[in-house]
Amino acid sequence: MISELLIKVGMADLNTAANGEHLKTTGLGSCVGLTLFDPTKHVAGMAHVMLPSSSIAREAPINVAKYADTAIPELIERMLALGANVSRLQAKMAGGSQMFTLPGQTDSLRIGPRNVESCLMMLEQYSIPLISQDTGGNFGRTIELSSKSGTLTIRSVQHGIKEI
Amino acid sequence: MANYNRFEAFEMDVLKEVGNIGAGNAATAMSTLLNKPIDMSVPSVQLLPFEEVAERVGGSEQIVIAVFLRVEGDVPGNMFFIMQEHYALQLMKQLLPKEHLDDGTYSELELSTLCEIGNILAGSYLSSLADFTQLQLLPSVPSIAHDMAGAILSYGLMQYGEMGDSALLIETSFLEDCKSLEGHFFLIPDPNSFDIIFRALGVRLG
Repeated sequence: MISELLIKVGMADLNTAANGEHLKTTGLGSCVGLTLFDPTKHVAGMAHVMLPSSSIAREAPINVAKYADTAIPELIERMLALGANVSRLQAKMAGGSQMFTLPGQTDSLRIGPRNVESCLMMLEQYSIPLISQDTGGNFGRTIELSSKSGTLTIRSVQHGIKEI
Repeated sequence: MANYNRFEAFEMDVLKEVGNIGAGNAATAMSTLLNKPIDMSVPSVQLLPFEEVAERVGGSEQIVIAVFLRVEGDVPGNMFFIMQEHYALQLMKQLLPKEHLDDGTYSELELSTLCEIGNILAGSYLSSLADFTQLQLLPSVPSIAHDMAGAILSYGLMQYGEMGDSALLIETSFLEDCKSLEGHFFLIPDPNSFDIIFRALGVRLG
């Protein structure tokens, strides 16, 4: 048997997997690792979202994988091309933590919770159910999604390994 | 506004000098603290893709001790002092021999000591920079994390997020003579801060 292939998703990046391949992204802090899975077709997708909304973008052209409001539509699009169906998609997410807390913190540094909120809003728009999440806190996470089972494995320094 | 994507070699050299002065003073402070000679690397100033930033300290999943200060004032930016875990443990062994358990964990006192060391070093870095440029730099209270380098450093890249996929970092490292200790400073000025730094140092902006 061919060993499970690991596809890396970088920061402000997204990718899809099928045929039992795994998707992995490392060192999520305030960024959110959003994953989608079609349990019938075993098609998986993962986005490493850095910022909540592309409305603040001052770059052109924009990197769609970076913003929650553009990454999720793009991810869905790519999964449909692999045979997934929006009505079957299930979402999981992890990250969105606040690595440092400073007194009198400005809104721009509360980015983690805002990323989570924005991802939730996008999922709602597509009526994709959020099966489980491990978000918030003040620690980093590395996540890996199996396109075979849809299991999301989360690793952190303080809390070890858990599956959701 | 000076475009940090396209600085000339001369402008990069000016930023290297900024790192040189800051870290030079911090290394002296470290040397006084430990009563040992401390060497400093040549500063590196690079426009790095987000993905590669954590590679500078061993990769996204490398577990590090990091002290973070947000700098406000004339030159807003983010400042990190980062040590790989085994160096931080080494440092604790030297500074708090009675407190230190050799089990790879940190006590409350050890973390707060490391945070204060980071604060002293970053403080001397920033105050020498303020003297040199005659600009006002106001660091926040320090905050410490013991976590993955990727998760920590990405926190300092947010200001660049909306502008592109890379950030300009002024990095300096120091090491103790026998390489038993190594630490990294990262000064990440906000994208709009470069104009102010250059103007303060008499660089004519084209």
